[in-house]
Amino acid sequence: MRSGCRKSCIAWLLLVASVIVGHARELRVCSDPNNLPFSNDRLEGYENKIVDVIAGELRASVQYTWWPQRRGFVRNTLKAGLCDLIPGTVSGLGAVRTTVPYYRSTYVFVTRPEAEEITSLDDPKLRKLLIGVHLIGDDGFNVPPAHALARRGIIENVLGFSIYGDYRQDNPPARLIEAVTAGKVDVAIAWGPLAGYFGARQDPSLRVTPVNPIRDERFPMTFPIAMALLPENGSLKHEVEDAIAKRRTEVDAILSAFHVPRVDAFSRLAMPR
Amino acid sequence: MSFSRLIVALVSSLVGSASSQPSLPRAPQTAAPNENGEWAMPAKNFASTRFSSLDEINVDNAKNLQVAFTFSTGVNKGQEAAPLVVGNTMYIVSPYPNILYALDLSQAGAPMKWKYEPKPEPASQGVACCDVVNRGAAYSNGRIYFNTLDGNAIAVDASTGKEVWRTKLGDINRGETVTMAPLVVKDKVLVGNSGGEYGVRGWLVALDAGTGRQVWKAYSTGPDRDVLIGPEFKPYYDSDKGKDLGVSTWPPNAWEQGGGTVWGWISYDPDLNLIYYGTANPGPWNHEQRPGDNKWTAGIFARDADTGQARWFYQFTPHDVHDWDGINEIILLDMEWKGQQRKVLARPERNGYLYVLDRTTGEVLSAEPFAYTNSTHGVDLKTGRLQINPEKQPKLNQTVRDICPTAPGAKDWNPSAYSERTGLIYIPHNNMCMDVQTMDANYIAGTPYVGANVKMKAGPGGNRGEFSAWDVQNARKRWSIKENFPVWSGAVATAGNVVFYGTMEGWFKAVNAETGDVLWQFKTASGIIGQPITYKGPDGHQYVAVLSGVGGWSGAIVSGDLDPRDGTAALGFVNAMADLKDVTTKGGTLYAFRLP
Repeated sequence: MRSGCRKSCIAWLLLVASVIVGHARELRVCSDPNNLPFSNDRLEGYENKIVDVIAGELRASVQYTWWPQRRGFVRNTLKAGLCDLIPGTVSGLGAVRTTVPYYRSTYVFVTRPEAEEITSLDDPKLRKLLIGVHLIGDDGFNVPPAHALARRGIIENVLGFSIYGDYRQDNPPARLIEAVTAGKVDVAIAWGPLAGYFGARQDPSLRVTPVNPIRDERFPMTFPIAMALLPENGSLKHEVEDAIAKRRTEVDAILSAFHVPRVDAFSRLAMPR
Repeated sequence: MSFSRLIVALVSSLVGSASSQPSLPRAPQTAAPNENGEWAMPAKNFASTRFSSLDEINVDNAKNLQVAFTFSTGVNKGQEAAPLVVGNTMYIVSPYPNILYALDLSQAGAPMKWKYEPKPEPASQGVACCDVVNRGAAYSNGRIYFNTLDGNAIAVDASTGKEVWRTKLGDINRGETVTMAPLVVKDKVLVGNSGGEYGVRGWLVALDAGTGRQVWKAYSTGPDRDVLIGPEFKPYYDSDKGKDLGVSTWPPNAWEQGGGTVWGWISYDPDLNLIYYGTANPGPWNHEQRPGDNKWTAGIFARDADTGQARWFYQFTPHDVHDWDGINEIILLDMEWKGQQRKVLARPERNGYLYVLDRTTGEVLSAEPFAYTNSTHGVDLKTGRLQINPEKQPKLNQTVRDICPTAPGAKDWNPSAYSERTGLIYIPHNNMCMDVQTMDANYIAGTPYVGANVKMKAGPGGNRGEFSAWDVQNARKRWSIKENFPVWSGAVATAGNVVFYGTMEGWFKAVNAETGDVLWQFKTASGIIGQPITYKGPDGHQYVAVLSGVGGWSGAIVSGDLDPRDGTAALGFVNAMADLKDVTTKGGTLYAFRLP
């Protein structure tokens, strides 16, 4: 019996397995392997968690392609056919299709708890304090607060931190937040999710305050964040949007757990201290 | 100099003066002394002619040129430097990490004598706008002077390779880097900064050649006292007259990060004791934020070489909106103009015009286009003002197509040569146009921001580059060679009536100085964006040398591994250079050629 079944049973099992594999859905995702709080290859980022929620809703397994999110990221990953989805990117990014935004965050001031709070780019204290900002690099543009400071003639007391940093270290952009704790700068102006996450992890935890005005001349300080897909992938776009809408509470809880400062309709759920 | 070499130099200079027509423009003798077979500064001489009286290599035998020796710089980034040759030694400075090499030309194969490693801060790589280039060193009085990307000026003993002094000038935390080659004038080393993309404030400093201590510093923006404008300042045009124009032609405080960096070339007239140099474009890039002429950016200063006090200024591009750095080479010539002998300077400018200025006064004698341009309508010689075509200015919330020339201009930093045998300036340049779109949302390393969308492309004719011979006295083009890619190398002219330049595909070419006929070409390992030189080796024979290794702003697609499909990378230049990756790869090799 056992031996009689052997060949046919294996064949049957293989058939069943191939049917299961063939029908098992795969969600191919491109992400940065070393950029918390967004993502890393240990799946510790909030984008990793949100992708899991979406994959659960789509009954799909997640297959990652890891790629540092630098110049050429979109071209080398999504556009090169390595994946179907980039979980976190700015809404309206050129050359791709983006979903309905699922949260909006803001640039923030990051200060030590004992320091005076700064709420505005027009705060006269910014002319005296040592301010840290991220340097984007070689395309002639920097983060909007850097342009806002430059416009106000605040430059002598501004310290630049490469957004790229030393990629051999964990989460290179986090150096800017750590510099506040270390006293290397009096205040950092950083993108909210990075500041919220790493600010909460400093001892003592840092104060995170949204930048005002929210639009400084041509430079917005708040950005809607969406997922990116290929323009022709309209059906997946709608599925992802539906999944986020359906699991909205879980998505919000994840963003909240990561201390993402939000300036959207859900902000009351998630504003950090 | 040995006695025999002195004789050779004297004879060649005599031959030179006997055979050239007296009516052709000539560099002032004090600024371009007799040939000694050496190449001690990137521009060859203070007049910046990049002309050598050596004539062993001529139009008849250039076809026989062959490789004499090669040397790897060990750095596969854009090689923009000119090698130097002094005595029996060749000096080469590499891109970041800016290693200085000395090669022994008296030995077979020119082995390395020593190398000096300045170890610049690694972070400076991320600050440099357009590849981590260095444009060369300068020799003076037993020392090699050069600058590092992280903003240090360094003096090294030319025989031992030991550091003599090092002065930190720039702050990379503020986006300040240094990429230019210094010029040594008498006992001073002149150095300027780079980094206009980051809104730094431009300056030129004079350092004491002996100690490296700062003697004077002239800013390109701000109050007169910072710019070293005093009673001696007598600009030719009314638009440059007035108090503190470096402040009042800007919105409040905008001059503080106004750009006007000094990353190009300096010339020197010993008779007038004046230095001449250009200032880069104004910052920040968004011109709506800085109404006004934005003095003293995108123009040229004449300054007293001892005190730095400004004598005159002329602005090529007031209120620049195109990123047209006014830093190109300045060729000093004495020439007849409308029946009068004039001391002039010639400048092939980023905006596409070849300017001839009276170098004692700053008056524009002529400004004729050497490349296709539609964004301006020439220069009003009464006011000296560039005439803008409003239809071809980048606008907020609007796409403007076919703006010619592009941000790198009709011609970028890479220097021309002038032959006193032909009266022609040999101009390596671009032929490109661009579309500028409104700001785009962008996202990098988890961080959103906005940027301009600039796309560059070939200009009329479909060729992106050109090598033109310009008749300076008659202000017209004599001949030109079309090149597929922008010509991003320098040029050298010789008394043998052979002119040399390189292409981004890697061809090193010798052309007939009178006709532009290609006499010889050699395919080097990588694209050429360096400055060729020629010298007399210890064996008494003429050599031609050039660094091969593509990169720079135009070649960053190869040296920086940029994605050809990301058309907006490297300020939009990548869009026009996507196919460069198909024809060349990174490199960093010196080639020296001679006749068999």
